[in-house]
Amino acid sequence: MIDRNFKLLTVVTEAALENELTEALDRLGASGYTIVNARGRGSRGVRDAGWSTSSNIRVEVICDALMAEKIADYLQEHYYRDYAMVLFISDVGIMRPEKF
Amino acid sequence: MSIDPVILFFLLGLIAGLARSDLRLPPAIYELLSILLLLAIGLKGGMELSQQQMSSVLPQMVAVLAMGFILPLFVYPVLLYIGRLGRPDAASIAGHYGSVSVGTYAVAVAFLASAGIAFEPHLALFLVLLEVPAIVVGILLARGIHSGTRWGKLLHEIFFGKSIVLLVGGLLIGWAIGPEGIKPLEPLFIDSFKGVLALFLLEMGLIAASQAREILQRGIFLVAFGVIAPIPLAICGALLGWSLDLSVGGTALLATLAGSCSYIAAPAAMRIAVPEANPALSLTASLGVTFPFNIFVGIPIYLEIAKRLHGA
Repeated sequence: MIDRNFKLLTVVTEAALENELTEALDRLGASGYTIVNARGRGSRGVRDAGWSTSSNIRVEVICDALMAEKIADYLQEHYYRDYAMVLFISDVGIMRPEKF
Repeated sequence: MSIDPVILFFLLGLIAGLARSDLRLPPAIYELLSILLLLAIGLKGGMELSQQQMSSVLPQMVAVLAMGFILPLFVYPVLLYIGRLGRPDAASIAGHYGSVSVGTYAVAVAFLASAGIAFEPHLALFLVLLEVPAIVVGILLARGIHSGTRWGKLLHEIFFGKSIVLLVGGLLIGWAIGPEGIKPLEPLFIDSFKGVLALFLLEMGLIAASQAREILQRGIFLVAFGVIAPIPLAICGALLGWSLDLSVGGTALLATLAGSCSYIAAPAAMRIAVPEANPALSLTASLGVTFPFNIFVGIPIYLEIAKRLHGA
């Protein structure tokens, strides 16, 4: 049985924010998250992970639509102005809805 | 004056980076190298400190700590009024320049060793003392005292950042085990110091080269600042060292510390505490301009200043 009522929230941002971000996610009530190191290029230039201040992370959260919106609003309000941050939300199907 | 061999590795990294070579040290290796350098500096300093009276060092420590708070206050108005930078950027860069660079210190130590000039062991202690105050002052300059800054969390991050933990940890271990106890550790931490430093500088050269495009974009003020600012700062350090009765080597090292600027602890702290400051500005100045300037030109000048002050 696949439950298709869930969202995958993906945030690509500066590695410097990792601690703040995970704290915020816990506070907002996300049930979990996955973080990977990332590199790439965007409006703030090449982020090549060559130096701690130029490395990126990609944070993924699976949650319901309400939570996804809550997290997105919070991040937009607190970090969009001063930090390199890209955020997008996609529909996902999951097998065990009770986990999220 | 002969060039220290470790500098050539920096040059190699710089050239390889500018030529867009695919040469790259894996991040984990770079991390290990910096850990080795910090521990080696701490262990050696601690081991030598165990041989001497701490009470004589205490007043000097207070003076050095005070210098750490004052240096960024010299830098800030220059950036604000001559550089016409915004308050957050001026404050952030002032924090970087008041703080210190372990890499620069390590090169200066190697430079003095090659020249056969001794220095006091507690310079490693000064390195620890000078890292934090300027960062705090920089944040205060940017934010003021009454602000939303979460100081508890921030200070925890600064004080328990890896460089302070490793330096202080190394000092304590070195101090506890003394010259006898350190013998089994010598091959890794003491004998291979220069080899580790050479590899570290290779990566620093690559990173500095990656700043090249930023430097071209940022224009003349930042470059001029990065080259000129270390000199008066180093003179402050040299004068303090001289008035504290440090040896020629100690005076030169304190001058080097004052003239160097942070590129690890300060950028990390400023990014979180002063998010509106542009990290590219401060990092370009400290890593792309001042660090290479110091290791090629600055350190020999600071030694010369120390020699003149001591009338040697």
